[in-house]
Formats: sequence, structure tokens, C-alpha cells
Amino acid sequence: MKLPIYLDNHATTPLDPRVLDAMLPYFKESFGNAASRNHAFGWVAEEAVEKSRKQIADLIGASPKEIIFTSGATESNNLAIKGVVEMYAERGNHIITAATEHKAVLDTCKRLEKEGVRITYLPLKGDGLVDLDMLREAITDQTILVSLMYANNETGVIQPIAEIGKICKEKGILFHTDAVQAVGKIPVNVIQDNIDLLSLSGHKIYGPKGIGALYVRRRNPRVQLTAQIDGGGHERGMRSGTLNVPGIVGLGEACAIAKAEMEEETARLLALRERLKSKLEGALEETYINGSMEHRLPGNLNMSFAYVEGESLLMGINDVAVSSGSACTSATLEPSYVLKALGLGDDLAHTSIRFGIGRFNTQEEIDYTADKVISVVNKLRELSPLWEMFKDGVDLSKVQWTAH
Amino acid sequence: MAYSSKVVDHYENPRNVGSLDKNDPSVGTGMVGAPECGDVMKLQIRVNPETQVIEDAKFKTFGCGSAIASSSLATEWLKGKTVDQALDIKNTDIVNELALPPVKIHCSVLAEDAIKAAIGDYKKKTGAEEATPSSVTA
Repeated sequence: MKLPIYLDNHATTPLDPRVLDAMLPYFKESFGNAASRNHAFGWVAEEAVEKSRKQIADLIGASPKEIIFTSGATESNNLAIKGVVEMYAERGNHIITAATEHKAVLDTCKRLEKEGVRITYLPLKGDGLVDLDMLREAITDQTILVSLMYANNETGVIQPIAEIGKICKEKGILFHTDAVQAVGKIPVNVIQDNIDLLSLSGHKIYGPKGIGALYVRRRNPRVQLTAQIDGGGHERGMRSGTLNVPGIVGLGEACAIAKAEMEEETARLLALRERLKSKLEGALEETYINGSMEHRLPGNLNMSFAYVEGESLLMGINDVAVSSGSACTSATLEPSYVLKALGLGDDLAHTSIRFGIGRFNTQEEIDYTADKVISVVNKLRELSPLWEMFKDGVDLSKVQWTAH
Repeated sequence: MAYSSKVVDHYENPRNVGSLDKNDPSVGTGMVGAPECGDVMKLQIRVNPETQVIEDAKFKTFGCGSAIASSSLATEWLKGKTVDQALDIKNTDIVNELALPPVKIHCSVLAEDAIKAAIGDYKKKTGAEEATPSSVTA
């Protein structure tokens, strides 16, 4: 077993060697510009791009013409939301999203808010799921877009996307989903789920960084977007710029592998996740799972270890790469806004760890991680005045703390 | 962000972890911070009533590595000092010793507060001074 162990697969994933092999020729001899229509170099590149478009479309139940290549999901989210707001300005100026969205959606909405667009940020239920009744109530005759993520990057909680899509369809409102964490991990189908716009990214599914895509529905309804980058009119005029052919080939190959191996991989990840969870819960008291366990990505475990601050825990398990919702690990000194939106107190948010298990993790790595976390949590609890007070039966919520 | 070797050393081998009997009249207890803020320090001193010398110091800290290191270092510095000398320990001394980055300066401030709170509690017990407002009552 090699150290350090990578268990942060929601942040990014290692490139699958098969993906790299597919990409390499397009860095070398097949370097052509896919927009060159009059010679073989261009044709070879274009053919590779179209193959990738089909591989991506096949994974999400779309048609190849509905796939627009971008630099990544941040750009896809920007293009989807800003593009709809500009294109459909005459129809209304209200967007519904949620408090736990990725910053690429939230900050895009905040900018639009300054420009006069009305945004509703739905609160979440304690298990991290959207309340469908609240969604229905939030819809007005001015609502043009609902943007809700498929699965959350911190808690792995999967939203009831098909129900949300159905509501939007009934009301004639466009539905965008940031599906970066879901595509390639769980079955996604834009037809069944009534999705109009869907963002996805290469590097979250063992593909390369710097490449993503936006699915834009072409019929029933035909969705139009105002381009955010002007230029040569590539990608049906929605996203100009010379295509990143090696990246596109990599994204396509990553999608093909994900589709072929999803069932097997899901079973394997679930087994590893359950092994980690039961080891930790078996050895440690006062642990809490954040978000719904039932509606969760197979590779995700988000757990709070009460009375142990997250950054100090990360420091103790420094040969295992994970993330924490603790304020100390962020630049803002604010604990995770996602966990806070689930109603988690700041005290528990500070003690949370996100484990992201991926394709290349082994059972040996999971066992090593569990043992390490258990020993460091025990050590830090011996150091924790809160643990001592808890053991003495002090009700910590009744203590008059000195906030600073 | 990389930690300084001194922070790592105090984190790996924290000095003077533990608790003293808070009802002992020669023991002063300071507890500062809040779980919601991500750090709580408990610092205790045992003072020789004849000499006013701090003969023992213990801590427990819930917080990041820098917070643990700051309080661990504080207990090392407190031992052997008189109560009045201990009041001269400044958070900037801790920042310099541990090479704390700007984002971790609040950890050193908390350690200084904990020292002052522990001394305040001791002085209150001996009738020398009113309690400082920063001491926590559980």
C-alpha cells in the first residue's frame, strides 16, 4: 500500500490510465483543429470530437447534438444560468435554487441578483433533501429557471431529480442541474428526469481537468441560450473557442468507462463505504452522519466526530487525504455552509470529515484509514476539554461560552 | 498550508495535558473560546501560596493544531514563573515562538486569554482580585 492515501474523490479524481491512453494521440500526431473542414488533420479531430459527444450523450440519455463542450462545470453552470436569464428575459426574471448549491451556481446567482434578477434560495430539510412542497410554493409566474444540483459535493446527498423535473415540466419552467458529482456515479437520464440543462465535468469522473460539458435540450422544449463567450460560433453558437480535442477525447472515454462499469463499481464502493462506516461507528461513540444515508452517492461518507475539531483531526491523519467542514480549513474561518444549511450546529460542523471513496481505493486503504482515524480521534478526545465535560455529564448547550 | 515544525512537535507531543482539581484553592482555572467558534481552551495553574510561583500547569484544548500548540506552549512557559511574571506573556511571544501564520493569530490570542483567565480565577479564590470577565462558568 502506498502512502499518502487519496480519499478526496469529490474534489477531483485521478486520471484513469485508459483515459490517458485514449488522449495521447491527440496531443501528438492527431493535433488538428476540429473546425478545419478542408483537410485530413481537421477531419480526424472532428471525428474524435463527435465520438466523444456520443459517448457523453449515451451516458445521460441525450442525443449527441445536445452536448456543448466547455472548460468545466463552473463554465457550464455560468453558461446555463446566465444564458437562460438573458435569452428568456421577456418571460420573467425569477430563479429558484438552493442554499447548498456549489459556489459556481450560488455566486452566479448572486451576480444576477445585483443586476435585478430575483433569486429564491430554498432551505433544505435536515437530511439534505429539497422539500418539494416548498419548491412548488416558490414558483411564480415570473419563474424562468430552477437550478438544483443532482448530488451534493459535501454530503453526497442525491436530490429527487425526477420529481423536481416533473414539477418544472408541469409549470413550463426550465430545469438546470449541476450533475458534476452524479454523472458517471449513478444512473442519470435527461429524458426520464425531465432535465433541460445539465452540467458535467471531466475530472470528477477519472477524466482530465479543464474539460466539461453542458447538455442543452433540443426538443420538447428546444432550449436556447445567449452565448457568454463571443467568437467563431463553435458549438452551435453557444460556446465559441477552438475545441480542446485531447480533453474532449478524455471526457468521452471517461464517460464510456463509467457507463460500462457503473454497476460493478457502485457495488464495490458501497461495500468499502459501509466497511469504513461500520468500523468507525463500532469503535467510536458520539459520531454523527451528516445528510441522508438512504439518498447518497455510493462513495461518500460525511461524518462528525463530536468534541474533536476537524483540522486537528486532518493534521493527525496527514497521510490520508480527506476534507473537513471545519472553519479552520477554509480561508473565511466560517464552517461549511452546506452543513449549516442542513441545520447542523456550528459546533458539529467544525468536527466534520468528508471521505470520498473512488475507483482506485482498496480495502487495505479503507482499513488503514479507519484505524488511523479511530486512534487520532481517541487521542484528541483525551486532549479535548469538551470531551471531558461531556463525560462528566455537563450539558454543553447550557454553558456560558466566551465567543471570540 | 504547512505547519511549522514547532507546531507539529507540540501537536504530536503535547506537554502538560490533563486537569487539576478546580475546587482546590491553590488552583486557578481559565476556560476560553466556544465550540461554535471551533476552539475551546482550558488552562489550569497550581500556585504556591507562599511564593506565588506557578508550580504546575495543565491544559486541554479543542481546536486546530495551532490552538493545541499555543496552549501546550503556554503551560511550558507558565511553570516556574510567578503569577505576576505570567501576566507578562503576550500572544505575540507565542506567535513568534511557533511561527504562526496570520490566519492562526487568534489561537495565540486565545492562549493569552486563557492564561489571564486562569490567573484571574486564582486571584479571585485567594480574594486578591475580582474574576476576569473571560472566565467560563460551567
